[in-house]
Amino acid sequence: MTTDNHSKEIAPLSDPGIPEHVHRRTDTDPKAAKKAERQVAILFSISAIGTILFVYSYTFMSGDIFVFLPVMGSTNAKQLFLGLGMAISLFFIGLGAVHWAKMLMPDNEIIAHRHEFRSEESDREDFVKTVKAGAEAAGLGRRSLIKRSLGAALGLVGLTPLLLLRDLGPLPKDDFTKTSWKAGTRLVTDPGNRPIKPSDLEVGAVAQVLPELQPGELRKLENIGKDAVLLIRIRPEEFQLDAERLSWTHEGIIAFSKICSHMGCAVALYEQQTKHLLCPCHQSTFDVTRAAKVIFGPSARPLPQLALMIDADGYLVAKQPFTEPVGPSFWERDSA
Amino acid sequence: MSAKERAAGSVANYVDERTGAAKWMKKNLTKVFPDHWSFMLGEVALYSFIILLLSGTFLTFWFDPSMKEVEYEGNYGPLSGLKMSAAYASTLHISFDIRGGLLMRQIHHWAALLFMVAIVTHLLRVFFTGAFRKPREFNWLLGIGLLTLGIVEGFLGYSLPDDLLSGTGIRIAEAIIQAIPVVGSYLAYFVFGGPFPGEVFIPRIYTVHILLLPGIFLALITVHLMLVWYQKHTQYPGPGRTEKNVVGYPLMPIYMAKAGGFFFIVFGFTAFLGAVASINPIWLFGPYTPAQITAGSQPDWYMGWLDGLVRMAPPLETHAFGHTISWNILIPGLIIPGILFTGMALYPFIESWMTGDKREHHLLDRPRNVPTRTAIGVMSLTFMIVTLLNGGNDIIATHFGLTINQIMWFSRIGVLVLPPIAYIVTKRICLSLQRADRELVLHGKETGRLVMLPHGEFIEVHEELSPEKKWTLTQHEQLPQLEIAQENQSGVRNPKGLRAKLQQRASRAHQEQIEKPSAKDLLELGDGHH
Ligand code: HEM
Ligand code: FES
Repeated sequence: MTTDNHSKEIAPLSDPGIPEHVHRRTDTDPKAAKKAERQVAILFSISAIGTILFVYSYTFMSGDIFVFLPVMGSTNAKQLFLGLGMAISLFFIGLGAVHWAKMLMPDNEIIAHRHEFRSEESDREDFVKTVKAGAEAAGLGRRSLIKRSLGAALGLVGLTPLLLLRDLGPLPKDDFTKTSWKAGTRLVTDPGNRPIKPSDLEVGAVAQVLPELQPGELRKLENIGKDAVLLIRIRPEEFQLDAERLSWTHEGIIAFSKICSHMGCAVALYEQQTKHLLCPCHQSTFDVTRAAKVIFGPSARPLPQLALMIDADGYLVAKQPFTEPVGPSFWERDSA
Repeated sequence: MSAKERAAGSVANYVDERTGAAKWMKKNLTKVFPDHWSFMLGEVALYSFIILLLSGTFLTFWFDPSMKEVEYEGNYGPLSGLKMSAAYASTLHISFDIRGGLLMRQIHHWAALLFMVAIVTHLLRVFFTGAFRKPREFNWLLGIGLLTLGIVEGFLGYSLPDDLLSGTGIRIAEAIIQAIPVVGSYLAYFVFGGPFPGEVFIPRIYTVHILLLPGIFLALITVHLMLVWYQKHTQYPGPGRTEKNVVGYPLMPIYMAKAGGFFFIVFGFTAFLGAVASINPIWLFGPYTPAQITAGSQPDWYMGWLDGLVRMAPPLETHAFGHTISWNILIPGLIIPGILFTGMALYPFIESWMTGDKREHHLLDRPRNVPTRTAIGVMSLTFMIVTLLNGGNDIIATHFGLTINQIMWFSRIGVLVLPPIAYIVTKRICLSLQRADRELVLHGKETGRLVMLPHGEFIEVHEELSPEKKWTLTQHEQLPQLEIAQENQSGVRNPKGLRAKLQQRASRAHQEQIEKPSAKDLLELGDGHH
């Protein structure tokens, strides 16, 4: 179907060949050559000055002087001059070498020839013969028992590294669906670890909270990564929630998982005017008044809402655990 | 013979008697390298890799790849007493207590950015000039491998200091792993040794960042360069340049001096950037915690297109039979990148199928002479640029007073509509450039000088091109379209009919050309040019 014999079309012109070599000033005029030599030497000397600057800044300059650089702003002088010294010392070696090559080394172009990579026909045939003879000598063709058992053994050996990697981590079990929030867990401020009363939050306020630690418990980053919750207080009449979700709020206070339902960033930006929560990672935007419905961006699900109530001492607590997994989706996640 | 010569001679003799290296060296020291600025792009990539090795090794002397919690007691006041990982604390230590430490960090990061810029521009040069054609397909594949690993390596490096920005990047990577159907949550647990972020991720990627991937880089780069050496460099067309020769300067001394000098220039340049241009000032971001984030969080530029794709993805998830498939993550995060990189890797083979051309090529194409390839390249670039811009949509929004909403819709529509437009426009431009070349060869250059003919008419004087220039503009071959038999002699349809038809159409598109001046055209004109 495809052919190798495209006729090479006749070129309309004949190749004039490599243009005649034009001599540089430095080739013909010894004075110009001498001058170029001096220029190269000057470039190398500038490099040496750079090294001196580097040594000086490293050894003698104090580390807490700051200078103002246009565009860049305030810059640490020691780091700046260390860097400049190093830059000068390297850059001018390079400049000198290139200038040397350009001005003084012979600039005649030379021609080398190419050969096709394909081996000679006879070599190719010999190669095939050698391989066949080798395979024949090993008896691969005849001794199918060896071939098959070797294949099986090699396949099984492949299991070893796979198995060895098994202990990289535990199995997830149902970890992805669980958080530390239980019925009755107090909400505490982060930072501060203080329990919160509804009166601590004014209308329009937003606060990041975590579940209260039981005595002896430590808070790890992996807990924060699932437990972080945002408390927001708006006027109760602004909610557009169904009866169940409304019952999860308390006097206009509503709680959502702070871990983005898209890819898990912290949904940190709250716009008081519009009552929108915005995730800075990919700009998924959630409407607080409508149970964090996604109104913009790539997230496909609202932020899970945490049901709130007041305990006997008047502190805000979780009425129940989250009813759905928090954070990004995963294969085993069951519920829309 | 001077004493120096004698000493050098005896060293050379010692080595040669044991290796027979003289023969090989004799031949290779005069190896010819063609000269062109665009051939330096690959060199820049190589040099920035060496700079990364050097600066990275320096950083390893103090960097502590541990996620154990420590309390900061170092020199940087604002973070004093804060809880943070040892990795973050040691990065602060490098930045504030080690003389030249911050400089080295900044050099390392700038060199990483330069490395990726150099790889990408080098790839574009190779693509648009057709340097990937037979026999250089292996090097194209190696290059795609290096590009892919470079993106991974850069991302891992960016993740090491464990500041708020890098932790956010890891969080997103974890979400992508977690979204993989069936095995996602298991994979995520294996990679992170349990729930995110855990305490093993940074130690693990550290080994990958400083040992595994650099080792693979070294191996791939070595093979890449050995192939360049063995296959000899391609060259741009011009007088005296043919498919059978290579014209340029000898390795020793010209090329050695220029390339060696250029290494120092690149190193000096990154040192300059490291000195004056702050990059990744992690002390301003604070240590990572999953409950916080900095606004305007941005990945490095070579990840920006991925981020942009994720940002513009429609909010699609499938919930069925107790399972969830996150299209909003899988499509931009895995499927589209997979298609892009596979397509890129296979392009040399696709093109050779389209043109039916199975011969060796050592003379580069001028992009205009291969309009379809050039158009495909510009089309893909347009796609990448739209996604890259969308990756910075928040920054663009604040700078240009637009809303994120406007940019998002521009990108969502633009990413589908602009690439095809780019294809068509580029192809047109190439063809009109070909037409201009044809005019130039046949009628010469316009000089702007007017002369009055005896009968009063004014004409512009055209100056004939030099034979060298004419040759350069006409040396390329214009392949005929493939003639693929749709039916065989007895009128039975070719069993590979559909494929043949496709190939026929691809070939027709690919061989669309403005006919270059023929010998006859030139002859007819004779001295008739004005
Ligand atoms: C292609 C090669 C490489 C790329 C693209 C790359 C990229 C990066 C980047 C972007 C960072 C973050 C720097 C920052 O802003 O703090 C980093 C950190 C680091 N890299 Fe590399 N790197 C490469 C090779 C290496 C090698 C070969 C080593 C060591 C032998 C190394 C050692 C390190 C260390 C120790 C850090 C963390 C220290 C710190 O961030 O201050 N890197 N790398
Ligand atoms: S992680 Fe929040 S929008 Fe992507």
